[in-house]
Amino acid sequence: MDRQILLEHIAVPGIETFDVFRSKGGYNAVAKVLKELSSEDVVAEIKKSGLRGRGGAGFPTGLKWSFIDKKSSKPKYLVCNADESEPGTFKDRYLMEHLPHQLIEGMIVSSYALGVNTAYIYVRGEFKYIIGILNKALRETYSNGFLGNNILGTGYNLDIHVHPGAGAYICGEETALLESLEGKRGNPRIKPPFPASKGLYDSPTVVNNVETLAVVGPIINMGGEKYASIGLGKSSGTKLISACGNINKPGVFEIEMGLPVEEFIYSQKYCGGISNNKKMKAVIPGGSSVPILPANLILKTAKGIPRLLTYESLSEGGFETGTMLGSGGFIVYDEDTCIVRNTWNLTRFYHHESCGQCSPCREGTGWMEKVLHRIETGEGRSHDMDLLVSIASKIEGNTICPLGDAAAWPVASAIRHFRNEFEFHVAHPEIVKIKDHGSIEKYT
Amino acid sequence: MPGFKIDHIQYKKNNLKVEFSADTLEKVEKIIARYPAECRKSALLPVLHIAQEEFGGYLSVDVMDYVAVILGIQYIEVYEVATFYSQFYLEKTGKYVIEVCRTGPCAICGGEKISEYLQKKLKISDGETTSDGLFTLREVECLGACGYAPAMQINTEFYEHLTVDKIDTILDLLTKNTNTEKPEGSRWTDKFF
Ligand SMILES: Cc1cc2nc3c(=O)[nH]c(=O)nc-3n(C[C@H](O)[C@H](O)[C@H](O)COP(=O)(O)O)c2cc1C
Ligand code: SF4
Ligand code: FES
Repeated sequence: MDRQILLEHIAVPGIETFDVFRSKGGYNAVAKVLKELSSEDVVAEIKKSGLRGRGGAGFPTGLKWSFIDKKSSKPKYLVCNADESEPGTFKDRYLMEHLPHQLIEGMIVSSYALGVNTAYIYVRGEFKYIIGILNKALRETYSNGFLGNNILGTGYNLDIHVHPGAGAYICGEETALLESLEGKRGNPRIKPPFPASKGLYDSPTVVNNVETLAVVGPIINMGGEKYASIGLGKSSGTKLISACGNINKPGVFEIEMGLPVEEFIYSQKYCGGISNNKKMKAVIPGGSSVPILPANLILKTAKGIPRLLTYESLSEGGFETGTMLGSGGFIVYDEDTCIVRNTWNLTRFYHHESCGQCSPCREGTGWMEKVLHRIETGEGRSHDMDLLVSIASKIEGNTICPLGDAAAWPVASAIRHFRNEFEFHVAHPEIVKIKDHGSIEKYT
Repeated sequence: MPGFKIDHIQYKKNNLKVEFSADTLEKVEKIIARYPAECRKSALLPVLHIAQEEFGGYLSVDVMDYVAVILGIQYIEVYEVATFYSQFYLEKTGKYVIEVCRTGPCAICGGEKISEYLQKKLKISDGETTSDGLFTLREVECLGACGYAPAMQINTEFYEHLTVDKIDTILDLLTKNTNTEKPEGSRWTDKFF
């Protein structure tokens, strides 16, 4: 379970430069596909690998690529989603900061597979220093003949440009991202049509996450079948997990899919256990949008089987007792955490980031924030929990984009698993009016 | 939605003469060239970033109108974008805009205390600017640095693993205008376009 594919060379000094990256076999995949493979071969290889999108939804990448409208007379586009703003997620930034060429190599191979001659990297506006790193790396790639016109003398042309966002979580949603790239507000589009037929400038477009694109080079080098043999079942390969919260060693780890959650949290190789020798209370394993699970359910499923870091194992039990792998933003909470305060905080985030197009999301997130705030500050009412569940259920599934669901799930799951804490807040205003009341467990 | 105050503010056009320098204009032309010829509007976000930097750290109505003219689009197309994104400021800000993360992962790792300390130290609350015009303080959502919490950003620089002492050092360096020495663990870039 020690397999490093993306981060294999992370410790090599100078790996962020073209020359060092190249000396470690970087850009071999580009040479290989341009000279030896057809674009269909590349798509077939990615399909074989079983690679699933690393941006959150886990959609099979090869399948997504095969939807692109090849017959369209319009130019085709590849857009790399580097908007990374989901609370708990910071893996793409790590990848771009240390291995910018890994992303660029993957984008060249992917562009070739999709018949793309212009690709964009949409980077969240806060990551200005990352934009600097990417632009420097791109200049090196151009001057070494791997980008621009007639790449490696094969007649293939490709330009990659970096595009800055300006602070809006919603622009991570792929159609909002395309609107933003067109110079508009980040309002998600109604689908269908999907980007594969009408995306950027109404042209066929593929949007992929940074990590998804970065692993394309290694897959081409090792072959799709080999990659599919790594990991577990339909969760093939490795995954970057960004771990944060109350743990000893927060950071970005590459794990082979199938690693037990318990080992990930407690092993010195990964999170190194809970900080200050405290007990673990809860985990949100896939970025703030996925359901929170209490310690017992994150370590083992309801059936008592050890929980593994795979798409399937984490969602085992559905929303009743399971959660999702999502973007791999792993947030760990210790025994001192106030679940109500945390839920209020995250709901405020979704309210702040709602684009405002759909009433259930625009009004519902604000309403939930208000109700959660009054519970947390000792003004809660006894039917507030039912009210929250009801609001969440009315947002879920009734909006243009999944941000509505993403706002509903954390609230519904927090109440499902920690209802007693909410009830305690309502019953004991005198305690929770103390701002730093922390976990209510110590008062019960 | 960004939490800017629309309530009673009248954004006025002053008909000031606004113009990019020749160097900047060249940079802007290069950015526009990244997009198809009929899609100049795509350059709006990068050009607004540049305009904000060049014209005093915020986007006045005159500046936004100038950008509209450069890109050949309606004024309203610029206003609606400038009001949507949290990194575009519609009012004058301090020389340094401190954006401190308030979201979950930072909050459980001491972020709330950091924010309180900054307010106390600078004697301003969220969204305000110090009277010397040096610092603006804003609470923002997740900066994508949750593993290095608590985190904040000042202009284009990231500061991580914040402590009260570290804040003192950072603000000291900025006040003395010697921010060429960066405290350990900060990330920044001088050139990003
Ligand atoms: C509100 C919202 C925010 C999102 N933010 C991101 C993001 O920051 N980065 C990302 O790669 N995908 C994000 N996604 C998922 C994208 O819409 C899209 O599924 C993804 O970029 C596809 O890439 P993949 O197939 O490689 O995963 C977000 C989705 C939603 C609904
Ligand atoms: S669900 Fe929310 S964020 Fe998504 S389109 Fe509707 S209002 Fe906008
Ligand atoms: S929560 Fe503060 S950087 Fe993510």
